[in-house]
Amino acid sequence: MTPPFHAARKTELFGFLVLAAFVLLVLPGVVDPFRLNLVGKYLTYAFVAVGLVLCWGSAGILSLGQGIFFGLGGYCMAMFLKLEASTPEATKIQSTPGIPDFMDWNQLTALPAFWEPFHSLAFTIVAIVAVPAALAFVIGFAMFTRRVGGVYFAIITQAIAAILTILIIGQQGYTGGVNGITDLRTLLGWDIRTDSAKTILYFVNAFLLLGVIALSIAVRSSKLGRILVALRDKEDRVRFSGYDVAAFKIFVFCFAAAISGIGGAMFTLQVGFMSPSFVGIVPSIEMVIFCAVGGRNSLIGAVYGTLLVNWGKTTFSESFPELWLFAMGGLFIAVVMAFPNGLAGIYKSYVQPLFARIVVRPAHRRRPVGGGKTTPAIAE
Amino acid sequence: MFADYSWSELGSIFAMQGFAGLVLFSVFVLMALGLAIIFGQMGVINMAHGEFMILGAYVTYMCSNFFQSAAPALMPISFFVAMVLAFFASGALGMLVEMGLIRFLYKRPLDTLLATWGLSLILQQAYRTIFGAREVGVTLPEWMMGSLPLTDIIEIPINGLIVMAITLAITVAVAVVMFRSRFGAKVRAVVQNRQMAGAVGIDTEKVDRLTFGLGCGIAGVAGSAFTMIGSTGPSSGQLYIVDTFLVVVFGGATSLIGTVASAFTISQAQSTLEFFLSGSMAKVLTLLTVVGILMLRPQGLFVLKVRR
Repeated sequence: MTPPFHAARKTELFGFLVLAAFVLLVLPGVVDPFRLNLVGKYLTYAFVAVGLVLCWGSAGILSLGQGIFFGLGGYCMAMFLKLEASTPEATKIQSTPGIPDFMDWNQLTALPAFWEPFHSLAFTIVAIVAVPAALAFVIGFAMFTRRVGGVYFAIITQAIAAILTILIIGQQGYTGGVNGITDLRTLLGWDIRTDSAKTILYFVNAFLLLGVIALSIAVRSSKLGRILVALRDKEDRVRFSGYDVAAFKIFVFCFAAAISGIGGAMFTLQVGFMSPSFVGIVPSIEMVIFCAVGGRNSLIGAVYGTLLVNWGKTTFSESFPELWLFAMGGLFIAVVMAFPNGLAGIYKSYVQPLFARIVVRPAHRRRPVGGGKTTPAIAE
Repeated sequence: MFADYSWSELGSIFAMQGFAGLVLFSVFVLMALGLAIIFGQMGVINMAHGEFMILGAYVTYMCSNFFQSAAPALMPISFFVAMVLAFFASGALGMLVEMGLIRFLYKRPLDTLLATWGLSLILQQAYRTIFGAREVGVTLPEWMMGSLPLTDIIEIPINGLIVMAITLAITVAVAVVMFRSRFGAKVRAVVQNRQMAGAVGIDTEKVDRLTFGLGCGIAGVAGSAFTMIGSTGPSSGQLYIVDTFLVVVFGGATSLIGTVASAFTISQAQSTLEFFLSGSMAKVLTLLTVVGILMLRPQGLFVLKVRR
């Protein structure tokens, strides 16, 4: 069923270039600036979905707590931006100037120690990747070395997502509580709320996403990637062949967590706030459905899946808020029962054969256009 | 944190919080029993379990409204009628779901999880459309309200006692069904070895369906009992689902005794801590401890040895 290795790489490369053209040329060309910011927000979820393709699709580890890592990345970014927005001049009406407003409301008189390092952008950028990865390492190390997997792993990650949400909401003075960290204005003096800043951030986000996908494709086509697939299908055989199964699982889980963190940070930059409603159980499981709709085994599909579900969510909840949950629930069931390989599966079994027969040659000729590096200049 | 209280006060605090913990324990046990049957015995993750519970709560609500308007004289027994109806309503829905959805997914447990999550979204929205988004409370018969004074400080609410009595009765009933009846023997046979059970003439598909229905039915009763101590909204079920799964996993998924023991530990820890810390921190601390213990001992507290 699977095409030979080289052919598979070819189609993947082709798909990647089409995606790059779609995200960098088509969307900015067709969509107005307000909607483009919305698309940018959706694309930050795609980071999580790409992580899930590696973690769940390739290695068979279903995590229902990817919102944790998305949120941690987002909160790291938000803490930096909030500190920048809370200069003593900007907050002089507070009883303690110079600390974020919500801390002042909660009678804190000094900045908590764990906020201090977030004055530095360099530290923040490292933390965005390192904090989620470190937590994923702790969880992964504890679970995978004890050979906990499958359903148990899913439930425990879900419980951790619940714990983190309750913690963030409960510790208002340190985290901003249920409102989250809001009112973020500038990044090193650059106003992130203007239309032009939002457009630039969209492209930064898109390039990062494409970079992450390229990296993930590299991981998947390496020997490491094939070991992941092997341990998904027959874990014991991989173990008996002498591989340290836990180490591979921990790696892929940390990798997925780190890229989810990048997504979270880009979310904060583009949307201008971060709140616990992107951390908990419900958003985490929704992110799984983005991945499932796109096709749990397709990195490229995950992006389209994310865009499609979120576009549907926005359209539906604007016009028929009642119907949205029905549609979403139906989507969960349909994707599991009828299309276990999602959009990528539909593409592979229906569109691609057709495509191969009719337009294989034009597709080859079109390739150089999509890979052009000059695209942001055109769109600006 | 104990320094501000005298010994007798501390004693009363522990007694009162202990009792509140017992009521929470009862709700946990009722919810977890159904889940332990479905998850422990069948290996199916039913994320819609909370919604089956809420169905029971809404049935109780409708039933109590019906008795109030149509037959006020029968009000004192309305609750028990409601409970039986809740069992059958949730059980019947559960069997339908098993037929239409779950039975295709026995080989893919992670996919069941996603599908039942979708089901729970649909059910929630259905409740919201039918009953409205606001929480509803059930009017209790008069004899169930009030409280018994035990000492000057300690008072015991009657509805809490009734919830505990119901829990005890249901737990005993489940234990009898699972370990003393012919049906229970069939269920355990299918769990231990599906092929052999089929070979000796047990209709395994029928057993699956009935087991799933039984688990959902118990969730319905749990929802019915739940209305005595709290109000019901369309998304109340989701609040409890993670706690309940932790209870089941912590207890060791295949062991009913383990489920009861872990429900007891978790609920007591949470309600005692709740008095001294804020509610949210109590919950965080309890859940963290449970997750921590599960990382050290992934198989849970009690393990039933089954040859797979």
